[in-house]
Amino acid sequence: MQARVRIQTEDFDLSHEIDLLRKSDTRVGAVCSFVGTVRDTRALTGQAHDEVKSMALEHYAGMTEKSIEAMIDEAHIRFDIYQAKVIHRIGELAPTDQIVMVAVTSAHRGESFKACEFLMDYLKTQAPFWKKELGPQGARWVDARVSDDAALARWGVQTLP
Amino acid sequence: MITVHLRYFASIRETLNCSNEDWQTSATSVAQLRSELLGRGPAYQCLSPDKPVRMALDQVMCLDSATLQDGCELGFFPPVTGG
Repeated sequence: MQARVRIQTEDFDLSHEIDLLRKSDTRVGAVCSFVGTVRDTRALTGQAHDEVKSMALEHYAGMTEKSIEAMIDEAHIRFDIYQAKVIHRIGELAPTDQIVMVAVTSAHRGESFKACEFLMDYLKTQAPFWKKELGPQGARWVDARVSDDAALARWGVQTLP
Repeated sequence: MITVHLRYFASIRETLNCSNEDWQTSATSVAQLRSELLGRGPAYQCLSPDKPVRMALDQVMCLDSATLQDGCELGFFPPVTGG
C-alpha cells in the first residue's frame, strides 16, 4: 500500500503518481486528479501591487498528515472509490509551481470526480497550511476565503466554527 | 497545575515571536487558558475570541469548551489557506 499523504518540499510528477495508482489495481476504470498551482494575481487583475514574486507555505507538522488522513477516510465512506492520494508541498514556491495534488481512483468516473472535489474542498478549509505571498510591498499572509467554507458546507460536512 | 505545550503558527507565531512554549496552568478548559494568555500583554490579543483564530487540541480542531489534560498540546493559528 502506498502512502496516502505526502508533505514535501520537492516537486511531484502527476503522471508518475497516477501510474502508481492505476497500475496497482485492475479494478480501476477511472482516475480523477486535481493540481493546484501558484498564481501570480497580477496576471489576473493587471494591478502591479498584486504581483506575487514568490510564496512560502507553512504547516502544522503532524496535524497536517492526521487531518488529511481523516479526510481520505471520510471520502472512502462517502464515495465508492479504491484509492486516494494527496501530495502537498511546503516551503518556498514560485508562480506556476505546483502546490498540491489530489488523485482518486474508482471503477467509474462519477465517484472519483466527486471524491476529488470533496477532498480539495475539505483540505482548503481544514488542513493546517498557511500561505505567505511575497509581493512588491513585502510579505503578506494570504487571507482565508469565505467561498472556501461555502464549498465545504455544500457537502454537509460538520466543522467547527 | 498541569503543563500545556503551546504551539503558534503563521501570523500568530510572528506576532508573538514564538513558535512553541510550555505553559503551567490551573486552567481546565481551553477558554480559561486563553483568558490567561490574553492577560500576558497586548501582543496576545491576537488570540482573542474576537479575532479569526483557530485552535487545535492534540492536533484536532477544538472549541473553547475543550478540556485540557496534563501534557496536552494546544495550537493557535489563523484560518488555514493551503491547497
